[in-house]
Amino acid sequence: MELSTNKEIQVPIEPAEDKAVSPWLEAWRSFRKNKLAVIGTFIVLFFVLLAIFAPYIAPEGINEQKLTASDRLQAPSSEHWFGTDDFGRDVFSRVVYGSRISLWVGFLAVMGSIVVGCLLGIIAGYYGKWVDSVISRFFDILLAFPSILLAIAIVAVLGPSLRNALIAIAVINIPNFGRLIRSRVLSVKQEEYIFAAKAVGMKNSRILFHHVMPNSIAPIIVQGTLAIATAIIEAAALGFLGLGAEAPNPEWGKMLSDARAFLTQAPWTLFFPGLAIVLTVLGFNLMGDGLRDALDPRMKN
Amino acid sequence: MSEVLLKVDNLKKYFPITGGVLGRKVGEVKAVDDVSFFVKKGETLGLVGESGCGKSTTGRVLMRLLEPTEGTVEFEGQDLTKLKAEEMRRMRKEIQMVFQDPFASLNPRHTVEKILEEPLIVHGVKDKEERKRRVREMLEVVGLNSYHAKRYPHQFSGGQRQRIGIARALMTKPKLIIADEPVSALDVSIQSQVLNLLEDLQKEFQLTYIFIAHDLGVVKHISDRVGVMYLGRLVEITEADKLYENPLHPYTKALLASIPIPDPDLQQEKELLKGDLPSPANPPLGCAFHTRCSACMEVCKTTRPELVEIEPGHFAACHLYNK
Repeated sequence: MELSTNKEIQVPIEPAEDKAVSPWLEAWRSFRKNKLAVIGTFIVLFFVLLAIFAPYIAPEGINEQKLTASDRLQAPSSEHWFGTDDFGRDVFSRVVYGSRISLWVGFLAVMGSIVVGCLLGIIAGYYGKWVDSVISRFFDILLAFPSILLAIAIVAVLGPSLRNALIAIAVINIPNFGRLIRSRVLSVKQEEYIFAAKAVGMKNSRILFHHVMPNSIAPIIVQGTLAIATAIIEAAALGFLGLGAEAPNPEWGKMLSDARAFLTQAPWTLFFPGLAIVLTVLGFNLMGDGLRDALDPRMKN
Repeated sequence: MSEVLLKVDNLKKYFPITGGVLGRKVGEVKAVDDVSFFVKKGETLGLVGESGCGKSTTGRVLMRLLEPTEGTVEFEGQDLTKLKAEEMRRMRKEIQMVFQDPFASLNPRHTVEKILEEPLIVHGVKDKEERKRRVREMLEVVGLNSYHAKRYPHQFSGGQRQRIGIARALMTKPKLIIADEPVSALDVSIQSQVLNLLEDLQKEFQLTYIFIAHDLGVVKHISDRVGVMYLGRLVEITEADKLYENPLHPYTKALLASIPIPDPDLQQEKELLKGDLPSPANPPLGCAFHTRCSACMEVCKTTRPELVEIEPGHFAACHLYNK
């Protein structure tokens, strides 16, 4: 198989590094250089650890009521770092446990909408024609409602509970992912390497899963991270409206809504859950922006 | 050498133009309009023409990456246009393609090894070790090193990438390779390397090429026979030497005259083409070239000339030679 004539036309330029640099590794390198993104990642990690080790970190349980006047609505102190609420419960413990609910809801809801949205989006983008029209119109209908209103309507139909709030948030995010992946599939489908794959003699399924999918996934990761932030806010909003987590559960939005009555007497009952929401959402947003810069260099500048 | 490998008859590819709210068909672009030619085993057929003349579309229709509107493509006596999708997929083992843009035609998320291995996977080479061995061999054959296998396409230069593209086309040991402007995206210095590689590979593996290009110099270098396309039609086809020495069709003459001569002192007296390529959605009546032809006659405006054999082995579609 050796060709003598190829000796003199050997590779002209050698790349500087000898090791293979996968696109993922390269993205990670550029992500690491982005300070804000790293800060965001640390914030997210912090809350994830908080959620995992909540029973070891929180000094009290979520519903240890102490109804004596000396325990109710206490200002932050060395004993109760974040103070106590109107039932004499330790706000710090409740905020720590609340991270479990918020992250859980955010993550599951986004996973749900990614799975459903991607499936619909890929089908719409790859097969086109009337299938595309039907699915795209479905997305349009979902997007025509203000998202929080649609979520309220869904929860109103299913009945208020944390699980139903999660389903509602998943549903309202479906069209975002669906449209995103559909447009990606449409553009990737026109790439020359897809033609090449076809010319080599690959089946549709192989082209779809080995060539179209891996090249469409990056914006989903970015959008997914940002969507977790939105989902957490939406869960808090539903909780605030009494349509999410039920009574003793320390959902951050619910805590805000409970604290409203004591705004002037005990602002700490409002401040700390609010701060937790802000920090988590900020963390996810910073991380998401960093991921976008790293994974999708065209979006830069 | 004289056995016919591929025979194309009356091949047409029309793209519909849709318009209006309901997406009704309002017209069609005749990208390939009644093209017939044959390719003999072991030879290189060059296809040249301006951009938009349908030469790339012809290549893609031959491989059925685009479905032909009409006509037959006979490969070793088998009509490719009649094959079912799965039969055609298997047939692609025998006919491979090299693409124009080496930056777009390699999947950026796959290593070179995966890119080269995939043709073997989909054509049923089950043994993993064997696949890896053949990938390494092929890398050496196209002038790369076997340790390049683990790298990603973005780590290579344009010329190296095109070598990978050629290697991919060779993996299944095809009989026919359709090269769609394989060097037009490369630097001139790299072009000759890749052309030489293609020539060496042809000798080594007894390949047959259909070489699509717009650069007449490149085509002259590599082709045994050359077909000239204009607005979706084949206007002249003959052996490369004959075409360059004795072009018959006025369009071919104009194309040859437009090759730049690297001598600034040389005063050139030649007729260059005037005007633009007419729209293939609304081609001129009669001979498609009559709007730009210096030898246009009355008959050219009304009757379309057929491709006829004017000298032995020299076909042209022009009324000038119709007696």
